[in-house]
Amino acid sequence: MKLGIMVSEGPYQHQASDSAYNFTKAALEKGHEIFRVFFYHDGVNNATRLTVPPQDDRNIVNRWSELAKQYNLDLVVCIAAAQRRGLLDENEAKRNGKDANNIADGFRISGLGQLIEAGIQSERLVVFGD
Amino acid sequence: MEEGGGVTKKFLYVNRRAPYGSIYALESLEVVLIGAAFEQDVSLAFIDDGVYQLKKGQATDGIGMKNFSPTYNALGDYDINKIYVDKDSLEQRGLTLDDLMNLTWEDENENYAEKPSISLVNSEELAALMEQQDVVLSF
Repeated sequence: MKLGIMVSEGPYQHQASDSAYNFTKAALEKGHEIFRVFFYHDGVNNATRLTVPPQDDRNIVNRWSELAKQYNLDLVVCIAAAQRRGLLDENEAKRNGKDANNIADGFRISGLGQLIEAGIQSERLVVFGD
Repeated sequence: MEEGGGVTKKFLYVNRRAPYGSIYALESLEVVLIGAAFEQDVSLAFIDDGVYQLKKGQATDGIGMKNFSPTYNALGDYDINKIYVDKDSLEQRGLTLDDLMNLTWEDENENYAEKPSISLVNSEELAALMEQQDVVLSF
């Protein structure tokens, strides 16, 4: 089955991100196709490469990056939600005159249309939020 | 029109939260407005504290936030005219239809007659509505 995933909550604060990751990984391992994972609301914070969790805890951001690399996953961060919350890629940092960027490997920043498209193209859109 | 591959699906946006206690309501409305460009079959539902999002006369000066409620008036212009409000949620909060903004749309098949966009529904009707959808986004 072709699935779209939406993640609406931030890492560590809320289980939604863990559940979304576990679901996505399990679906891929079962041979399902993940059309896209879309990060919205505080979910955009799953994409900051500046995350430094304690060593005995899971690294949620790296975990997504690794899954993206392994399965060529499309991880998309909403640009409007990201900019509000200080998530920038190199282009957006430059465009907004900021001195740093913090997007992790495997994520890309794009518009909300990518969420609607995931709803249209996927057989199921699964939302992980509060 | 944006790329949707010519497919039309039924999208329901479920709004469950008060307009200013968190950002969900505002960011939900942003999805609805962007999504309108994809010409899908869109419905909105307002339940629980979400019914406050449609309350008339919102004044946000005291909390230093932008009052984004006038934007709901534009939904009719985007052909978004199926707005369902949970009757029980309204009643539990001491509200009636008269307390909500008068959201309307113009029916081009009836000489652009102005028609109300909001319908009050009970929980069974809401359940049936959800059952019909291809995509349900909950905020």
